[in-house]
Amino acid sequence: MIARLAVVALLAFMTVPTVVVIAVSFNPTAILSFPPSGLSLRWYANVVAYPQFRRAAVNSLLVTAAAAALALPAGTLAALALERGRLRGRSVWAAMLLSPLVVPGVAAGLGFLILAAGLGLLRSRSVLVAAHVALVLPFVVRSVWVSVRNLDPVLERAAASLGATPWRVFRRVTLPLLRPGLFAGLLFAVVVSLNEFVVSLFISNRVTEILPVAMFTYVVNYTDPTIAALSSLFIVVTFLVVWLADRYLNLAGVFLRP
Amino acid sequence: MTPTVVELRGCTRDYGPVRAVDALDLAVQEGECLALLGPSGCGKTTTLNLIAGFVPPTAGRILIDGADVTDRPPHLRGLGVVFQSYALFPHLSVRENVAFGLRERRLPAAEIERRVGDALELVRLERAGRQRPAELSGGMQQRVALARALVYRPRVLLLDEPLAALDRKLREGMRDELRAIQRSVGITTIFVTHDQAEALGLSDRIAVMHRGRIEQLGAPREIYERPATRFVADFIGASTVLRGRAVAADRVTVAGATLVVTSGRPLAVGADVELAIRPERVRLSTGPGDNVLEARIEGLVYQGAQTDMTARLSDGQRVLLSVREPAPAQLAAGQTVRMHLPPDAFMVLMGEPSSPR
Repeated sequence: MIARLAVVALLAFMTVPTVVVIAVSFNPTAILSFPPSGLSLRWYANVVAYPQFRRAAVNSLLVTAAAAALALPAGTLAALALERGRLRGRSVWAAMLLSPLVVPGVAAGLGFLILAAGLGLLRSRSVLVAAHVALVLPFVVRSVWVSVRNLDPVLERAAASLGATPWRVFRRVTLPLLRPGLFAGLLFAVVVSLNEFVVSLFISNRVTEILPVAMFTYVVNYTDPTIAALSSLFIVVTFLVVWLADRYLNLAGVFLRP
Repeated sequence: MTPTVVELRGCTRDYGPVRAVDALDLAVQEGECLALLGPSGCGKTTTLNLIAGFVPPTAGRILIDGADVTDRPPHLRGLGVVFQSYALFPHLSVRENVAFGLRERRLPAAEIERRVGDALELVRLERAGRQRPAELSGGMQQRVALARALVYRPRVLLLDEPLAALDRKLREGMRDELRAIQRSVGITTIFVTHDQAEALGLSDRIAVMHRGRIEQLGAPREIYERPATRFVADFIGASTVLRGRAVAADRVTVAGATLVVTSGRPLAVGADVELAIRPERVRLSTGPGDNVLEARIEGLVYQGAQTDMTARLSDGQRVLLSVREPAPAQLAAGQTVRMHLPPDAFMVLMGEPSSPR
């Protein structure tokens, strides 16, 4: 009984802020107050109409897609190298590749800012992509690594004995069996990248900024429930991505060896 | 003379400081089924991996059909391998598993279809084609692995402990089936096992391995009836080895008594000899006589159909015997019994005598 109460209390503590944001987003008046005084969709209309949010949404999609597309193969190779390669100081490599950035976001952001300025890349999204790759890579490596560890090397030997070249072994056996880890890694990459804020704040401008940065800029200038509406949309999208992927991952789990 | 298909010339394989295979020479003939028999760690699986190309030899050459394949990667060796764990691809159906090697050989779809059907028929799994390996029993998985390895008609079939993962009842059925398939396909086969019954029942020749070397190579009957060394004798179930001295071409003194030994080979008078004998050949004797020794029973294990006994001779040498139940007399530890060791039951071991246990 006490345990159940504790769980409920903890759950409430974790979800109340989210609930508040969603509730406020339907507030008909232009103040961020709780509880809302009515029900209105005007702030959602505002989100869609605001050009800077549209631009930032496109930026977010581009940066996240590019970061995921780069981090997934790189992370997969890293995971394979960590498990299979003849590495000196494997544990050090693993610790570095597997731990999400331990450097504070502000410091990392500053670092990327100085580098990007030095390279004259501050006007382009490429520096954002590079930063996001660095930030999501540990999650990708970790996810794929689990699948690599579950992969019995004898299966690859079997494929080779059946006449498959090393590349064909990779294509027909290794890659399909890494699928659960690849999906999980992709999911992590997308969620982490979509929600990244601190580092991105340092290295984006009005043209390149991604959605979380645009939201922050908005909040600095205006305080109306538009931002709550956008936050709600964000929450729903993230939730949907995770939920769908989880369903799909469970499907993929069928193909896992027992 | 039948041609040699697989040949190992002075093959050595080290794992760090451990020498798994030690300057091994082996020639496998066309169509024969050869067993690599030995305890774990004797190098038999490493030998199989050398032939398959999964590990390169530290020294020595490997030939297939006279061609040096030492540096050829596994996918170009054209061998069929059945792994101990079967190593079926979990993400592919049975049919796709069997078709794997044919697809790599870029055969036309119709040809693949036909051959996969034939292979599944050979192992009596025509109906399981659509299933995933995980849905099959161990015995069925074994047969899929066999079909997958045979379907592209490899030059040689390699089997790693083919029956070890099956339970006992299945194992005997599968052994007969494996033998029938090997005979009907007529494929040169090398298989690894630690089970002497499996080796005796399945192979044309057995190579008994010990410490990375072949201790004895011969037909099953030869290995069983004339083990050449103490190790082979022990491994093949002749667990009593008596040390004695030859006093005539067919007489050996053991523990003060003289035994008649009809091994077919005259013994060198005055030489130290080792005589192996199987526990089931030793009989209890009611009175003194030829080839009868006295011994003290040290331990008894009742097994139902027989009782296994350990006894010690007056000079401390140990004899194992198994007495068919019901035993002629009540037996107990500490009791002194007379044992008859038939002259034709002895196997004279060759090579330098090993240290007594």
